[in-house]
Amino acid sequence: MKYNILIGGAAGQGIETISFILEKILLRNGYEIFSNKDYMSRVRGGHNFTQIRFSKNTLLSHTNKVDVIVALDEDTIDLHIENLVSDGFIIADESIKCNDPRFRSYPLEKIAEEVNNKRAENIAALGVLMKSFDIDKSPLDNILKETFEKFYDSNIEAFTKGYDLAEVHKKVEDADKNDNILINGNDAFALGAIAGGLSFYAGYPMTPSTGIISYLVEKKHETGVFFEQAEDEIAAINMSLGASYAGARSMTGSSGGGLSLMTESLGLVGMMETPLVVVDVQRPGPATGLPTRTEQSDLSYLLTASHGEIPRMVISLKNPEDAFYQASRALNLADKYQLLVIILSDQFLADSKITTKPFDFSNITIERHISSAEDITDDIYKRYELTEDGISKRLIPGKAKGQIVITDSDEHTEYGHITESSEVRNSMMNKRMNKLKLLESEMIEPEYYGNENIEHLMIGWGSTEGIIRDAVDMLKEENINVGALTFGDIYPLPTKNLEKYTKDIKNIVNVEQNYTGQLAKLIRQETGIYCNKSILKYDGRQITAEEIVEQFKGDVINA
Amino acid sequence: MLDKKIYDSFDENAWCPGCGNFGIINSLKGALAELELKPEDVILVSGIGQAAKTPHYINSNVFNSLHGRAIPPAFGAKIANANMEVIVTSGDGDMYGEGGNHLLHNIRRNTDITCFVHNNQIYGLTKGQGSPTTQVCQVTSLQPDGVRVSAFNPISFAVSQNIAFVGRSYSGDPEHLKDMMKQAINHKGFALLDILQPCVSFNKVNTAKWYKDRVYKLDENYDPTDIEAAFKKSLEFGDDGIPLGVIYKNSSRNSYLENQDEYEPLVDREWNPMDAEKFLSDFK
Repeated sequence: MKYNILIGGAAGQGIETISFILEKILLRNGYEIFSNKDYMSRVRGGHNFTQIRFSKNTLLSHTNKVDVIVALDEDTIDLHIENLVSDGFIIADESIKCNDPRFRSYPLEKIAEEVNNKRAENIAALGVLMKSFDIDKSPLDNILKETFEKFYDSNIEAFTKGYDLAEVHKKVEDADKNDNILINGNDAFALGAIAGGLSFYAGYPMTPSTGIISYLVEKKHETGVFFEQAEDEIAAINMSLGASYAGARSMTGSSGGGLSLMTESLGLVGMMETPLVVVDVQRPGPATGLPTRTEQSDLSYLLTASHGEIPRMVISLKNPEDAFYQASRALNLADKYQLLVIILSDQFLADSKITTKPFDFSNITIERHISSAEDITDDIYKRYELTEDGISKRLIPGKAKGQIVITDSDEHTEYGHITESSEVRNSMMNKRMNKLKLLESEMIEPEYYGNENIEHLMIGWGSTEGIIRDAVDMLKEENINVGALTFGDIYPLPTKNLEKYTKDIKNIVNVEQNYTGQLAKLIRQETGIYCNKSILKYDGRQITAEEIVEQFKGDVINA
Repeated sequence: MLDKKIYDSFDENAWCPGCGNFGIINSLKGALAELELKPEDVILVSGIGQAAKTPHYINSNVFNSLHGRAIPPAFGAKIANANMEVIVTSGDGDMYGEGGNHLLHNIRRNTDITCFVHNNQIYGLTKGQGSPTTQVCQVTSLQPDGVRVSAFNPISFAVSQNIAFVGRSYSGDPEHLKDMMKQAINHKGFALLDILQPCVSFNKVNTAKWYKDRVYKLDENYDPTDIEAAFKKSLEFGDDGIPLGVIYKNSSRNSYLENQDEYEPLVDREWNPMDAEKFLSDFK
């Protein structure tokens, strides 16, 4: 059984806190959780909500069907009641009016007054909710102690009053206790980068990427990771590149608008062959677009962003666990091949929390591929020495006695000095672009999900993976023979599974959060394989498995 | 003192004969030698332009960046390894035009780097267009009716932001220039040295003679720590004279690195992935 709780209200009403506490109670009771956030680009007012889905069993996606609405204001009921299941219910303060039979009001505000803590209203609602589902409330005590230093007493009192007022609506099956963690995409990526030896990050705040830098800064005293708030994203990428040149493991990132400003320097990274990881937490563009919402629309842009041609690797993140492990992998690959690695995340992944087994830090390695003076056999070090595979030895300035390191944005000789020689130009272009060939051995094939011998194949990437898998299962239940390939690594495009699973197939359907089907275009460009149908969504809201199923049946099967 | 010759680069020089950059590079080598900074301990950073080629012609570490983007990588390199002497050496278009925002914010940061701006009041590499410091009414290849916008005054700008160190020198006075470079490098925090130089190919107004007739050295009666006097002095530029020397300095400001609660060169950081495992407990 799966349950979906929606907590909604205006910005500033405390949705974050009540969601956080509810998630912790569920987590410590052993439930699997998938929680996603929907918020507006404003500090006060408007309508924000969090959906917390939980189950005894693994959850791969969110849903719009709601079992309980916790309404902190009347708008929440109006906006979401159509999604409330028939045996669901609404929890709200008695001041809120609603004629629906599923509506239950409680004196939440009065409880808050009784305990002398105006903000305890939400905690009282949480008490009601816990009792309604008859969920073990024993973890709460510690959670409240960890969350509220000052207001523990009033909050526990408010919770108990709410709990005592409510009746059991539906007993939720107990889950087995485990040591799972609950983490969102931004935190997981930042933690993965810290584990992977990141030491410098320059950035400029931009929703929804800001969570990454907030996490890095929160831990800076314990980790020594250096963060600088740059004057703009142009400075951010160039600071990070300078730090990388001088030996720091370095990263920068933003959302699409920031990436647009960084564009010229993406080419500089390629030209200088200096390692850099750049993360784009995508939001709907163009221009300012929908600042707090989600989209997968920067792929086409980032495949070629910058003038001229450079080798680059593009990795999309599928879920928080993947985000954690890809962060250190990206840092290692950037160092190994001395190139630009672009990470594509999105607002949905950035802000969605998913239960995950604890990350295995012993699996993380730090591979720098840095040479020392002893490795240099020539008298004069050649930063861009032409070698068999095109990778030159990398020295760090000041760290190799008697050697200097010359790097240049102009076309350059093996030493790094400016040249206009056609011969050198050709060999340097070949040297740099050959990295795309070298990368082929590193690329992870898209994972296949489904039966063998399918009629239809869905193709997706990044944060839609779990959703597409849920859709495959739901379609299978309706005897539709479908499988799915979901890409994490995108460029250079891994093609083996594509070729394997697209043979003798009736329909190839790309499922993407953009207007133009950007992955499908890349696949066709690189392999000639053509997605004859598309399921595309670009309203800034993450597609659900139900939406995929509905569109699949309408536009693919019954078309 | 080191032998100046150790800074000689084998790279072929692409400047015009008679270019003011030759004087600047000569003084820079002299300053580095007298400060006993070995080539491997110096990172020279530049953007794009004729002046921005300077790092190639000096045997030291080089980061020849994009146009306007000399200061940000210099900042990054300094943070990565504060044991390095990081010096930006680039032109007026690069530093005052395309890269102006970075100049502003690094004066604020008081980043521990030195900036030498080769200011010939014209664009050289792109052949004679007006630069941010070209004087009003000067006819250029792209402003045939004369420049109609006022010239950027880097010294006033720097003083107004309470910069740690700002000075002016002239490529035609190698000893003064060398001395000013040494002072700028030795000054704690962000140091800006505006270096006047003739452009023999494209600036027919601000010639070597034009500068020579106008520049004068500030004497010991001038107090470079008085910000109001410095601002007044910074406004002097033209037929009534152009002051050379330290216009303003403030030694009481903490530098960027001094303002960090804790700092170790990142390049020497020791880290094991297991060191981060403890952070998992936040998510339980």
